[in-house]
Amino acid sequence: MTAVETPAETIDYHARLRSGRGVLRMSEVEAAQHGDKLADENDETMLMNMGPQHPSTHGVLRLMLELRGEQVMRSKPILGYLHTGMEKTAEDLTYLQGPTNVTRMDYASPLFNELVFSMAVEELLGIEVPERAQWIRMLMCELNRMSSHLLFQATNGMDIGAVSVMIYGWRDREEMLRLFEKITGLRMNHNYIRPGGVAADLPDGWRDDLLRIFDTLPEHLEDLDTLLTGQPIWRERLQGVGMISTQEALDLGATGPILRSTGYAWDLRRELPYLRYDQVDFDVVVGTFGDCFDRYAIRLNEIRESMKIVYQILEKLPKGDYKALDRKVTPPPRARIDESMEALIHHFKIYTEGFKVPEGEVYVAVESPRGELGCYLVSDGTSKPYRMHIRGPSFVNLQCLPHMMADSLIADTVAIISSVDPIMGEVDR
Amino acid sequence: MTDAAIEEVPAEPAPPEEAFGALVTWSRGQRVLHPTRETYLATVEALRDAGFIMCVDVCAVDYLLAKHGRALPVGIEAERFEVVANFINPAERSRIRTRVQVPESDPTCPSLWPLHAGTEGPEREAFDLFGITFDGHPDMTRILMPENWQGHPLRKDYAMGRIPVQFKGAPSS
Repeated sequence: MTAVETPAETIDYHARLRSGRGVLRMSEVEAAQHGDKLADENDETMLMNMGPQHPSTHGVLRLMLELRGEQVMRSKPILGYLHTGMEKTAEDLTYLQGPTNVTRMDYASPLFNELVFSMAVEELLGIEVPERAQWIRMLMCELNRMSSHLLFQATNGMDIGAVSVMIYGWRDREEMLRLFEKITGLRMNHNYIRPGGVAADLPDGWRDDLLRIFDTLPEHLEDLDTLLTGQPIWRERLQGVGMISTQEALDLGATGPILRSTGYAWDLRRELPYLRYDQVDFDVVVGTFGDCFDRYAIRLNEIRESMKIVYQILEKLPKGDYKALDRKVTPPPRARIDESMEALIHHFKIYTEGFKVPEGEVYVAVESPRGELGCYLVSDGTSKPYRMHIRGPSFVNLQCLPHMMADSLIADTVAIISSVDPIMGEVDR
Repeated sequence: MTDAAIEEVPAEPAPPEEAFGALVTWSRGQRVLHPTRETYLATVEALRDAGFIMCVDVCAVDYLLAKHGRALPVGIEAERFEVVANFINPAERSRIRTRVQVPESDPTCPSLWPLHAGTEGPEREAFDLFGITFDGHPDMTRILMPENWQGHPLRKDYAMGRIPVQFKGAPSS
């Protein structure tokens, strides 16, 4: 499975990952003392903070860098600036309110958070989700993957200095968000995928709107190719920067485009299929060198693969219910409430105390645009989760940063952070 | 989605099922290992040698307020904390989970960092939010909360909104 062509076979990655190379482990207090010491000892290294307000750190990531001249010796990502205790909040919300909470974690791909939470709840409940709901979920998630990767193209371009690309990426993402608004009612933080199915059926005209976007999208992706992929400056800036090997990525628990950029074809959609991914045909895009360029190219081509999947969904989307008809879990239609006493009771029960979920614990994972997004859910038999833990791919992937940055230049750190594509809402939760 | 049949097949075989040096239970069709703190590292090492080379997640659970007994195999004593780790075997495309009981009186647990470097962040998070110390971890410090924070927010006896936000100025030169 190794794909690295450098004399990598000779390196003992297991030992190197644990040797402290590139990894700075220093508290704030120590860092402050280090600054005082510096003047006396005429040390050649210096500590520098990057962020949390740096425009290229994707939100509020802060890096403590140990520099020797322009070279980064060691680095430490400092997290928590966006920590709002969402896992604690989740313990106080019913299962129906849960998606509104988790959707705010990875705000660039909110539908995946809702999906993984809903799948975990359904696994505990043991309910069957209707076929149409499964396909709608798949449709929405693939569109969300595209919008998330388009956002990456925009920010990645901006970080590296191709400022016009920001507008290009943003334009197509905006089109996608407009479609989301039509379908879910909101551009972001949709609360659309809920335990039992989805909140509403697809509205009239969604297919035309979608096809209108798809008419122009391939051309716009070609534009990105013209502006970036073939450009010598772009390649010079990214190729061979922030390299990581397969062994390192696996040891560090990295998933998603980072793991795939090393040539290791691991995509949960294909390897451990969920929803109906076993019924669609698509390729898993992999890289070769594990560098920033591979990660860029993988995300660009995953947009094309997602388009391929969406076209198949448009063909295969079945008719039927968009949510489970178990009235203990999903609320009845509004119209039924006026006619039926039971419907009114169900409606009232679901929105006041929520539905009870049998005791148990379960771990469910989906392939988000950033890697394995997991949800560990423990129920004690009440209507609120006893414990809800989200395994955010950005959080785990960020641990690769010090290893990718070891011995690189400051100018490259920006490219490397950007290529990891962390979403801090998900990192800090 | 879920398959009740899978859950029931290995329900109660006469001798307790054992794998990788730990007792096995099944939760909604998912295989769960229950090593003790003493056998935890040996179990995870055996898992790694058997192909479970990705440790995707480590998290903790505080069972202080859990009213009912948990589904634990005979011989495993329920304690207040539990450290849960998830592994993937990419070759067999399978998942497995370990659950280790950690007592309140001595909230420590061996660190998986020597075996899986990617557990560094998640274990720091478990330390930060639950106060469980991981032996053998290279950097057992807070990760999400400020360094001078008091208490461990995800513990069940840490009430929501009990303390007004208390960010103090970070020490700097």
